[in-house]
Amino acid sequence: MKFLRMRPGHGEQLIAEGDPEVAEDEERLVAEFRHQLEQGMWAAVPIESRSGRREAEMVTDFRQIPRDTGRVIFFPRAAGGAR
Amino acid sequence: MLVAIGATAIVILALLWEVSVPWLQRRARARRANAQARAADAALPVAYDPGRERRAEQRARELLKSCVNEEEWAMYRDLGFIRVWGGQSHVGGDGVRVGSLVSGRALDGVPYAYLIYPHKPIVAYLPQTSRVLNEYCVEFPDETRPYGSARLPDSDDVLAKWMALKGDERRLITTANMHLPGRQIDPRQIARDIWRLGRWERERLEEGRRAHGAGSGAA
Repeated sequence: MKFLRMRPGHGEQLIAEGDPEVAEDEERLVAEFRHQLEQGMWAAVPIESRSGRREAEMVTDFRQIPRDTGRVIFFPRAAGGAR
Repeated sequence: MLVAIGATAIVILALLWEVSVPWLQRRARARRANAQARAADAALPVAYDPGRERRAEQRARELLKSCVNEEEWAMYRDLGFIRVWGGQSHVGGDGVRVGSLVSGRALDGVPYAYLIYPHKPIVAYLPQTSRVLNEYCVEFPDETRPYGSARLPDSDDVLAKWMALKGDERRLITTANMHLPGRQIDPRQIARDIWRLGRWERERLEEGRRAHGAGSGAA
C-alpha cells in the first residue's frame, strides 16, 4: 500500500509505503495516516466498482481503507473559494 | 630637484585621491545594494520555476489518468474539463437529497451533473435541458506552501474535485461557496462547453460504432 500526497509545485509525492498485513508496517502506516489528517489533509482511495467503473472513496479512519487497495491519496482539505 | 619631484608626487597623489574617492564610494554603495538584494532573495520562499511547474503538471496528469475512467480522461484531454454525474457519491447514497441541495428544489430523479475545470468553480447543470444551476467555488490550498504557492497543479486540482465529488458529494458541496451562474465563469462559455461535450460524445459513439462495425465485418 502506498500513501501519496498531492503537493503544489511537485505533483504527488510518495510519503509512506508498506504491507498492512505486516504489523510493523501497519503501525507506521496508521501513524502516517493520522499525521496527514492532523495536517488538514483529506484522504481518498481510488477503487473500481463491480461494473468496472473507477470511483473514489473518502476515508477518515485507517480501518476504512480496503486492505487490498494499492494507494491512498492525500490532498488538502477543501475550502470555499472566491467569495 | 628632489623638492620639485616630491611636490609633483604630492600633487599627483592629491589628484588621484580626488578622482578615486567618488569611484570608491560608488563601488561601496553598489556592493551594499547587491548584498541587500541577495539578502532579500534569500528571504523569498523559492523563485517561480516554470520547468518545475511543468514537471509537476506532467506527474499530476499521470495520476489523474490512472484514477479516472478512460472516457473521463479523454474528455479532460480533449475538452479541458470532466463531467461527473451527481447523486452517485459513495457516502450515504443520498443523491436525491444532494440533488435538491444543488438545484434548490426536488429533482424527482432528473439527472444532474457537474463540470470540473482546473482552478475554476465546479458548475452544476441539468444535462437534459443544459440549464446551469450553480457555481461551486472550492479550493484545495496547501498551506505548507512547499514552493511558495498553495496552489496544486491543474490536474491535481481536477482529481481532488473528482475524488471529493465521487467520494462525498454532500461534504464538498456544503463546503464550497455557492454562487449563481456567471459569477466566475462566463455562462456563454459554459453553454459552449456543454455543446462541445455533446458533440464530442456523439463523435465518440460514432467512432465506436464504426470500429465495432469494422470488427464485425472482418469477423
